[in-house]
Amino acid sequence: MTVELVKEKWSNTINTVTIGATKEEGGTRSPKVTIGGTSTLPYLFEEGRMPNPPVIAMELLDIEPVDWPAVLKEPFKDVLNNPVEWAKKCVNEYKAKLLCLKLQGIHPDFGDASADKAAACVKSILEAVRVPLIVLGCGNDEKDNLVLPKCSEAAKGENCLFGDATEKNYKTLTAACLADGHNIIGESPIDINIAKQVNILISDMGFDVNKIIINPTIGALGYGMEYAYSIMERARLAALMGDKMLSMPFICFVGQEAWRAKEAKAAESEHPEWGIEKERGPVWEATTGVSVVLCGADILVMRHPKAVEIIRGTIERLMKKG
Amino acid sequence: MLVIGERINGMFKDVGKAIANKDKAVIQRLAKEQVTAGAGMLDINVGPAAADAAGAMKWLVEAVQEAVDVPLSLDSTKPQVIEAGLRLAKAKAMINSTTADKEKLDTLVPLAKQHGASLIGLTMDKKGIPRDKTQRSEFAAQIVTACMEGGLDLADLYLDPIILPVNVAQAQATEVLESIREFKLLSDPPPKTVVGLSNVSQGTEKEKKSLINRTFLVMAQACGLEAAILDPLDTELMDGLITAELLLNKHIYCASYLDAYRKK
Repeated sequence: MTVELVKEKWSNTINTVTIGATKEEGGTRSPKVTIGGTSTLPYLFEEGRMPNPPVIAMELLDIEPVDWPAVLKEPFKDVLNNPVEWAKKCVNEYKAKLLCLKLQGIHPDFGDASADKAAACVKSILEAVRVPLIVLGCGNDEKDNLVLPKCSEAAKGENCLFGDATEKNYKTLTAACLADGHNIIGESPIDINIAKQVNILISDMGFDVNKIIINPTIGALGYGMEYAYSIMERARLAALMGDKMLSMPFICFVGQEAWRAKEAKAAESEHPEWGIEKERGPVWEATTGVSVVLCGADILVMRHPKAVEIIRGTIERLMKKG
Repeated sequence: MLVIGERINGMFKDVGKAIANKDKAVIQRLAKEQVTAGAGMLDINVGPAAADAAGAMKWLVEAVQEAVDVPLSLDSTKPQVIEAGLRLAKAKAMINSTTADKEKLDTLVPLAKQHGASLIGLTMDKKGIPRDKTQRSEFAAQIVTACMEGGLDLADLYLDPIILPVNVAQAQATEVLESIREFKLLSDPPPKTVVGLSNVSQGTEKEKKSLINRTFLVMAQACGLEAAILDPLDTELMDGLITAELLLNKHIYCASYLDAYRKK
């Protein structure tokens, strides 16, 4: 006897978002990156379509990272103090299709770089590589509001993705992205209610909902990964059932979260029982990455090339079924 | 929940006058306002005064479809008036309505099937409106049976237990609420339910109507009501509807959940 599987029918589709603009569109990116358009829970190809596979964005900083462990620095050791070379290395050597520049150096505690300096950094990366770019502030609202509008202006026409807008600080970045034609990330602290609220606030300013990406915030393996998973799953279910204010693709900061875990970064001398240091961190990042891929992440921002390789293979295998 | 806007009805003075004068602007404004306020479907009723009811129905359907693209509920006791509207309807329409009378079912079930329309079944017959839930369920079963025999998908059937004005038939409100629950036991998949909401406050004090309407609506939603013919321009009513859906876990809470619903 054959068992017939119950198939869900969904009434809504996740928004399709494109990052990057080609020459014809007023930018200089080639090729662009398109995400979203999903009409099913992840990888259930019997129930709907997943026209665009998830994309990995490799993360780089505008300054030499202060809190990255040796294992994570190692693959980039020759370029860590040069964001342009770092960007090139990600694209040429590690085949990144998308880059994520975090402007750590503008933070008052990490160099307090000026808006002009940050904008110049953005511009030089856009000149050095052709892949689309994500640009993130440092998390200090006051400084981000000074710097990000300048960076947005410097990248005008390139259809970048800027972040993060939050419930308490969204107006400046939204206005800048609106003026310069960029996409925006709406961030919420693993809270579906706030995720929805941030999207409403951004769209109330006249911002196109098809240019918003949700950063649901995640926890790494061992640090709330299951909670993040359930929030993303619930948001995706609501979206597929018709909630337009949750129908945006997800971006997940896998590298950032995974490498905060002591299990990922602790030296082997401290914890010999935890296994080989060189492998432990990348595996921690990859495990966290697999988890968010399975609950519908559309962009994964990642750090270690080994973890990137594992997740790239995972996505390929999952998409083969489609 | 499917909100069916009730305002394009010749019983309303402004609409009756607009039909008589062929004043499209009035109708189209009402159509747009109701859709903006959250109506997913518009009820179209030419009212009792129109001399050429089928002609008036055609004119209304055309006028409304020029202004909005939501589907229409074609509301008449005369099948030929409904059919005039069905022929012009661009989106999947609703027939409003049949009763449990055999001659009505024999005409309207095939008509719904022929036009791919959904159908409202009033749980009454020509002898009148039932006094209790048992009679309502009997009529409901007759309608469900006729639809099954006629090959109409039960997902397209909306049973209306018929609300009576609270000032004349106070005991009927609970009968109606229980009927909404009981109708769902009649088939699998269950038929849907609908009410003509404003009837509950018919004849009550003007300033109490909105409160009575929205209180009853929320109670009916809690019983599983799927659709209601109501005035979406009543903001407090719509706020109550949206909040009830929220509390029934139909959508995700956020501080601006009322706005979020209206942005749909």
